[in-house]
Amino acid sequence: MSNVSTQEVQYNKSGQRIVSPDYLLFEAPREKFFMTGSEAVKEAVRRASVDASVSYPITPQSEAAHLIGELWVEGYVGVYFRGESEFGVMSEVAGCALAGARTITTTSGPGTLRAFENFPMWAGTRIPVQLVLMARGVNAPLSIQPDNLEVGFLLDTGCMIWYAENAQDLFDMILAGFVVAEHPSVHVPVITVVDGFFVSHTREAIMLPPDDIALPPYNPYKAPMPVIDLEAPPGRFLRDPFVMKSNYISYATHASWQFEVRAAIERSRPFAKHYLRGLVEEFGNPDADIVFVAAGTAASQAKEAVRLLKDEEGIDAKVVKLKTIRPFPYDELRAAVKNAKYIFVPEFNVAGWLEREVRKALYKYSDAEIIGAPRVAGGMTMPAEVIVSEVLSNLRVK
Amino acid sequence: MAKLGPMGFSPYPTAVNEGVLNPPEGKALLFDEIVDEEVAMREAAKAMLTRENPTIFPGPQVLYAWSEDAKKKAKLIKELAQVLGAKIIPMYDYRPKYPKINPEVEINPNHPNLTIWHNNIKACIFVGVHCHYANVALKIIRAETDCFTIALCSMEGHEDAMITLRDQHPEELEKFIKIAKEVKKELGI
Repeated sequence: MSNVSTQEVQYNKSGQRIVSPDYLLFEAPREKFFMTGSEAVKEAVRRASVDASVSYPITPQSEAAHLIGELWVEGYVGVYFRGESEFGVMSEVAGCALAGARTITTTSGPGTLRAFENFPMWAGTRIPVQLVLMARGVNAPLSIQPDNLEVGFLLDTGCMIWYAENAQDLFDMILAGFVVAEHPSVHVPVITVVDGFFVSHTREAIMLPPDDIALPPYNPYKAPMPVIDLEAPPGRFLRDPFVMKSNYISYATHASWQFEVRAAIERSRPFAKHYLRGLVEEFGNPDADIVFVAAGTAASQAKEAVRLLKDEEGIDAKVVKLKTIRPFPYDELRAAVKNAKYIFVPEFNVAGWLEREVRKALYKYSDAEIIGAPRVAGGMTMPAEVIVSEVLSNLRVK
Repeated sequence: MAKLGPMGFSPYPTAVNEGVLNPPEGKALLFDEIVDEEVAMREAAKAMLTRENPTIFPGPQVLYAWSEDAKKKAKLIKELAQVLGAKIIPMYDYRPKYPKINPEVEINPNHPNLTIWHNNIKACIFVGVHCHYANVALKIIRAETDCFTIALCSMEGHEDAMITLRDQHPEELEKFIKIAKEVKKELGI
């Protein structure tokens, strides 16, 4: 172990003391604050030694984007500007990242779709950009309400997808997201999802470490692809599309390239486990045979349903909250539902993308009945009583 | 000449899909087994010393004198090639080339199999190749050739190689050369 007294104290460009990710996330003293999810984004970015951020307004993420702009004014973010559209934003953050910048941006709902072509591009160019996605409905007529259908679209873009339940999760995940995404063997984008309005616009208690400490800066020279720097070999580096050269090259390389991007997500497992304190979190009676598998706000509501079921009906239940969707926590989920007879998957979207994921993960691993309910969409809330009633009606039918 | 590997034409399943992840710090990977670095170095030396046409593929990070570390590594790689009796074929560029590379003198990550087939290479070492390109190439090699692959990585390793040694800096290369000399002596070569 190094001698602390001889260690040089280092500061980032904003004058904050650089500390290890473990110290920032687990060891630094924390103080309680009362703030919205958007404000939690600002506080995480303040401590993340961020080099660049590009914004574009769309509800409900506009406030978070605006607050990152305030950080630029305060000197905590190196570069900040507004893009021409979400497509422009996601292209511009890619440029920043390719040039070696730690980069973050935010979007929601239709903005995600407008930018969509860029997400597989981010993954394929192995840039560790972070996108904070404040999920919002995707529909015509237009909806601005909370709904996470868009997450189902993002599952196979080659980006890691983490899901925060509340402002505290979001704060911690943003910091951990940079650390895991920038590991040389991982180095793919991370999309940190949170439910719009329910978290972005709701004030809650959150524990924050001091704001005079920050993550170590990003080192792009450890990237798995050369950073754009003419001083580093190969200086004349181009990312030519293979098809412009030879179809023969195109087939084999595209196949290997895409498998490699997915392999990179798999390599993130041990790092994500460490920095997120596990890929899942369990709440309730560990031996209960009624299990809710949920992510985000649906997990919060399911936790309240567990309490109601116990207090009012005398029924034991538990929640398995998924913190990561990519990588999907197969082993953790299979272990957590080994005693389950009923597995409910409450969701805030019409498609039931999480139910599909859960069914796939548990096929031949669980005899439990999997029930894709309750499911709400379009901005509806999911009261805990609705979840309780879903459980009771299923139990009565049996 | 062109013999396919165990994966056939497709690089899927990749090693991670078969549950193989990179080794933890201080360890190495021998196929799907986590082993001590010395054990992996001995097996790597044995493979290079006993298989046909052993070749080292150095990448841009050791081909160009862009840092003191790179210069030291380049000299050590030349020494390693001499000890192992291996040829050196560089991967100096990652750009795809039309209609194809000259497999006599270079290897390209987008069709590394061509160089391996052409030169009938049965054991190789990747060193100084940026991790993404090493991974793309190693997956293709694992699918389309019967070449035994060894990765000397300065970062976290390459699970698609048959032997992966991580955190390989000049000191580790010196250690590998020492072990290679010992193995050579043991084999009576």
